[in-house]
Amino acid sequence: MVASLAAQVVELLRDGSGSPDPEGGDPLAAFVGLGAGGPLPTPDDPVVARLLPDAYPDDESEAADFRRYTEPGLRDRKVANASVVIASLGETAGEPDDADPGGVGVDVEVDADGVDAWLRCLTDLRLALATRLGVEQDDEDRWAGLPDDDPGKAMHDVYDWLGFVQETLLRTLR
Amino acid sequence: MMAPVSTAPAPTEVERPDTEGVVVPELPWVTIVWNDPVNLMSYVAWVFRSYFGHSERKANKLMLQVHEEGRAVVSGGSREEMERDVEAMHSFGLWATLQKADA
Repeated sequence: MVASLAAQVVELLRDGSGSPDPEGGDPLAAFVGLGAGGPLPTPDDPVVARLLPDAYPDDESEAADFRRYTEPGLRDRKVANASVVIASLGETAGEPDDADPGGVGVDVEVDADGVDAWLRCLTDLRLALATRLGVEQDDEDRWAGLPDDDPGKAMHDVYDWLGFVQETLLRTLR
Repeated sequence: MMAPVSTAPAPTEVERPDTEGVVVPELPWVTIVWNDPVNLMSYVAWVFRSYFGHSERKANKLMLQVHEEGRAVVSGGSREEMERDVEAMHSFGLWATLQKADA
């Protein structure tokens, strides 16, 4: 499931990343990541907009310029982090766990670089889910009050669980 | 031919030169990290330790400032340096912006 979520975020980040068609565009610009070449507006999709926020909140023109130079790199990094997560989950998929027969527990081995990628990707996944759900500051009561079969509740449970995974991972670093 | 009547120029506003110095130095810039409802406090503190190299104490102090006051200035310097810091914060999923130091 985490792999599936990560793959969805990858798709969102890849869509509209602005790389020009290599057939018709400038392949060097695409390689360097300059995209269409002009200043970029705030992304329409609220998830992407949260993953790639405005650096200059009061100056659209500066924000667009900043975006032009940083957005392709940021998109690529986030996709790379998600790929690390998907790959590490792929390595353990299908392995039976004697301590958890029939369960969905997965043991994942991660090295130092992997930890960085996992922490960053977990954040991106939580940001994506929270944006879709409309999570707000201190709104736990709202979610706790939903009936169990509410699809939003299920998604929020996943969001909470990802936070638990992240917290656990952070504790191992101390 | 009569000579044109010379009229006194209408008073206009003249921009006074900065008397404090010949060159006004560029104001230093700052990076601000904003609170958000998603990121774990432990994660934010980790980002500050990891990227800025702060001690645990300093990182926690900054994190608490973000959490309790809604925002914190996490670094200062040239505009270029602050743009790099903001980009880094975004790569961690934090929400950061930059502005002039006394804006």
